[in-house]
Amino acid sequence: MIRELHEKLLARKITAVELTEQYFAVIEKKDKGLNAYLTLTKELALEQAEKVDEKIAKGEEIGLLEGIPGGIKDLILLEGVRATGGSKILDNYIAPNDATVVKNLKQAGAIFLGKTNCDEFAMGSSGEKSAYGPTKNPHDTARVPGGTSSGSAAAVAADMAVWALGTDTGGSTRQPAAFCGTVGLKPTYGRVSRYGVMAAASSLEQVGVLSKTVEDAAIILSEISGQDRMDATTAQSFGKRYEDYLTGEIKGMKIGIVKEYLDNLGDQMKKTIEDVIAKFKKLGAEIQEIELPHARYSLPVFYIINPCEISSNLARYDGIKYGMRVDDKKETDVTDPDGLPKTLLETYLDTRKYELGTEAKRRIMLGTYALSSGYYEAYYLRAQKVRTLIKKDFEEAYKKVDLILTPITPTPAFKFGEKMNNPVDMYLEDIFTVTANIAGVPAISVPAGMIEVEGKQLPVGFQLMGEWFDEENLLRAADAYEKGKSNG
Amino acid sequence: MISKDEVKHIAALARVGLNEEEIEKFSQDLSSILDFVEQLKEVDVAGIEPTAHITGLVNRTRDDVARDFANKDGIVELFPEEKNRYDKVKSVL
Repeated sequence: MIRELHEKLLARKITAVELTEQYFAVIEKKDKGLNAYLTLTKELALEQAEKVDEKIAKGEEIGLLEGIPGGIKDLILLEGVRATGGSKILDNYIAPNDATVVKNLKQAGAIFLGKTNCDEFAMGSSGEKSAYGPTKNPHDTARVPGGTSSGSAAAVAADMAVWALGTDTGGSTRQPAAFCGTVGLKPTYGRVSRYGVMAAASSLEQVGVLSKTVEDAAIILSEISGQDRMDATTAQSFGKRYEDYLTGEIKGMKIGIVKEYLDNLGDQMKKTIEDVIAKFKKLGAEIQEIELPHARYSLPVFYIINPCEISSNLARYDGIKYGMRVDDKKETDVTDPDGLPKTLLETYLDTRKYELGTEAKRRIMLGTYALSSGYYEAYYLRAQKVRTLIKKDFEEAYKKVDLILTPITPTPAFKFGEKMNNPVDMYLEDIFTVTANIAGVPAISVPAGMIEVEGKQLPVGFQLMGEWFDEENLLRAADAYEKGKSNG
Repeated sequence: MISKDEVKHIAALARVGLNEEEIEKFSQDLSSILDFVEQLKEVDVAGIEPTAHITGLVNRTRDDVARDFANKDGIVELFPEEKNRYDKVKSVL
């Protein structure tokens, strides 16, 4: 889609300003019902678009992404614009700098329509845990869009953005992509800088891309990947243009499947995955059964490592240096019987009590418990050891196959409130996605059609996981499937 | 089972104020999540190194040189309470 819009801009069938205004018109029409955006940046967007139009008018060359409008998850900083991370504790936070990914996209000439809604500090699997109200699924507004990049997925699905950045800690880009029927890419850990991205679980997360097509995700990845002085965990990049690897040719590519993943699926989802496998065979890929014996421990490993790292990372939200402080409020707003804080300690306790949401508190509590004296070895250290075993499973698997194909979600989008009572029910949503974060491998969620549930057509997808830093093969296979599907 | 007293102790460590209802709820929630992760105990991890960095990156160093942050005013403006460009907080005691 980006390439088509780029051609239109070059052929002067549309200007960047017109294109941007078109997207704002759709947002105006649809977003009241969907709540995908928290902040719109129209002034900035039009200013950016004018610059692109000037370049085109002068006959200067423009890049593929120049003038193409998208959305940025509110967890990612855009200088001078509010960034809440979906939390009330940052209700008044104006980003003092750009995230590296935003800086890169600015240099590429991409246009920013606004900041998209998300579950508070990237915790949740449904979009219901934003302090600014849930985003709704464009395919059925009684259903969740998935999370945590809920607004990014809904915006792309509802044509309120061409592309959007999300983040992916345990599936937060891929699962909403599947629920909303878009592509969702999580790059290899270290492929993309996390500087300027609010940290949740630092050893698990990457910035992700949501888009209509695999090629669009590749184009965005080309711009945002690379080593960054500001993020010591980034790996060297060689200026690859990932879109150049999308040949559509995957003959002889070896794709692994894990049998027990398919056995536990419902009929319709199982059929979906079987059709996908058949399509890959038709395209010339070799399908092989593989085993990931420790993968079933990914979810418990995740629900130790994730809260431990969150409890540490969220310590910064304490009302001291930025964000909301409880004494910003008028005396009458505070229901605390002790009244407004009188000491520094009370400032911490009250600010975090009133400004953090339940899931944030729950994970801070769990992480603090698991890391506290006497428990560290039994929980965090053990989880990191099991993580090593999971990584070894993948190393073994990639000796035999190039990619691994799995379901992406157990079911299509569920209804609001369905999984809000028991935290473990909600956590089980991530069962197919977390493994890639635990192992650090790149993974992509690809739309695989629609299935009917209670009279509504709901999108479903599948997942491909690749070898570390081999986004080329991952994207090539996903793109070949997508092209193969549209060619029947 | 995580008792309510344990919940209060952890909340104090984490500097999170909780109301009675939350203390009750978290006592149950934390217990059910800890039950769920209990299955990790069945894995044999003898002699296994814990993962430190998943792609195996080690000790990336850089020169120890201070760099200027371009938008200092932007940071000062974020202080909840500012006095002479200092962030003013409540007394420690």
